[in-house]
Amino acid sequence: MATLEAAPETHDAAAAPPLLAITDLTVSYGPVRALKGVSLHVEQGEVVALLGANGAGKSTTLRAISGLVRPRAGDIRLRGSSIMRLPPAKIVRNGVAHCPEGRRVFASLTVAENLRLGAASREDASGVDEDREKLLSLFPILRTRRNQTAGTLSGGEQQQLALARALMARPSLLLLDEPSLGVAPLLVRDIFRTLGQLKRQGVTMLLVEQNLSLALDIADRAYVLRTGEVRLSGVAEDLRDGERVAEAYLGSR
Amino acid sequence: MDYADYLIQQGINAISLGSLYALVAVGLSIVFGILRLTNFAHGDMMMVGAFSTLLSSLAGVPFLWGIGIGVVAGAAGGMIMERVAYRPVRGAPDVTLLLTSLAVTYILENLGILVFGSSPKNFPLPDWLDTSWEFRDGALTFTSINVLTVALTVVSLLFLGWFVTRTTTGLGMRAAAEDMGAAHLVGLNVNRLIVAAFALASAYAGLAGVLWAAQAGVVQPLMGFTPLLKAFVAAIIGGFGSIGGALFGGYLLGTLEVAIVAFLPDEISPYRDPIVFALLIVFLLFRPGGILQPNREEKL
Ligand SMILES: Nc1ncnc2c1ncn2[C@@H]1O[C@H](COP(=O)(O)OP(=O)(O)OP(=O)(O)O)[C@@H](O)[C@H]1O
Ligand SMILES: [Mg+2]
Repeated sequence: MATLEAAPETHDAAAAPPLLAITDLTVSYGPVRALKGVSLHVEQGEVVALLGANGAGKSTTLRAISGLVRPRAGDIRLRGSSIMRLPPAKIVRNGVAHCPEGRRVFASLTVAENLRLGAASREDASGVDEDREKLLSLFPILRTRRNQTAGTLSGGEQQQLALARALMARPSLLLLDEPSLGVAPLLVRDIFRTLGQLKRQGVTMLLVEQNLSLALDIADRAYVLRTGEVRLSGVAEDLRDGERVAEAYLGSR
Repeated sequence: MDYADYLIQQGINAISLGSLYALVAVGLSIVFGILRLTNFAHGDMMMVGAFSTLLSSLAGVPFLWGIGIGVVAGAAGGMIMERVAYRPVRGAPDVTLLLTSLAVTYILENLGILVFGSSPKNFPLPDWLDTSWEFRDGALTFTSINVLTVALTVVSLLFLGWFVTRTTTGLGMRAAAEDMGAAHLVGLNVNRLIVAAFALASAYAGLAGVLWAAQAGVVQPLMGFTPLLKAFVAAIIGGFGSIGGALFGGYLLGTLEVAIVAFLPDEISPYRDPIVFALLIVFLLFRPGGILQPNREEKL
């Protein structure tokens, strides 16, 4: 059940630790406190949405998981062991791929080169070839644009490339930051259809998304952040009733 | 001797000089591309390369091997410089980086003077290199060093082209130059890429140092200063941070300098260097992104 207070983060101690567990995470950018003790978890095979207004701290949470920002306090555990002090490259090797806000594809490299770098953390050359073929079938437009530089792609095509590049790492946890941002509505639906497909294949995702209904459609559970704190959490279906989400968003309590 | 011969001769000179500028400029651009650092100490890796070759020649190592030693010594010097001087200030404001690089230059040059003395040392060439060919009754001359310079430049630049388009490290260097954060996110070891960039850039400086010394016949600790400034101009003309731009700028500058001396009245040719640096100022003011990318603004 969703409660207006965030449900306490508890786990059955006897059960296996969740794939991702964040406890009391605090992150500051200089004097700006972006996260003030955020706790959340993602189970194996789950899609969890991270919602919230602009500046709530959603991207910061993902950046902390990937090791791009150094948290002040708290802990980030992957399958029970802390990854919080690891450098970003090690975190990718531990199975976390991050598809960042604004796509961030390498514009001067070709589509094929971007995909190749997506697998930079992997040693298994034959597995990489196999995954590339799979992803080119999943995103056929990338196959046609293969030898084009990424900078010449449309926004939607770049988003597909960013997603494919992240998947080239064969992650056990995929962090997605606003995959609908700057993408034409028709393509947004395509991208979410693909995300649904990935979910059915068992890919675990932590999804940041401004489009509430799209996010809650695909997610199993959701957290709502406001000014660096979790204000609401629960099963996605329970959150569809928009009123409480809106309250948690805007804080009109 | 007719005018066509004269033109060809000047062309040979221009390609030879342009090759040296291109070799130095390419390294400046590689490091600038990935770290946004204008590494003034880059020129001093020429000294490291040239003196290493000189010392190995004196120790009886065959000259071709000596060139290899110069290149490797340059690369090693670059890696040490990165580790000792630049890594501690990574991410610091631009002014800090600039001052660090000036300090490194100052220290390296004084160290060079301390170890080798400030007077130029003879740079011995093996007999097979100390030759020149004359064509058309002496109207066309080129030295073995010219040929070696151009040949090694072409080979090493072909290698560079292969490296940055075909290897994961090379592609990673270009990726990190474009977006360091995204390079981290795909799992590239950015530290390793930066070390590789310094090694690669300084290897080119080492090679340029050996070839420069071979052309001049002498080596001295401050030998990197003028080529560094020229390479800086070349890199700016071509668009700082771009490898292709550095090559283009290097050859353009070599051609320009040779043309100033060859075709302008004798009263003007002594002003070659002031003309070149005036050109730098013009570019910085009006076209900071270089000829190839006029719209790109790049902070130095
Ligand atoms: N590099 C930075 N330096 C300083 N403050 C930052 C930086 N990045 C983010 N912030 C601040 O941290 C807070 C959280 O930012 P964050 O980017 O995590 O929000 P978000 O929820 O992703 O927002 P959006 O929906 O706009 O992407 C904001 O107040 C923001 O201004
Ligand atoms: Mg964000």
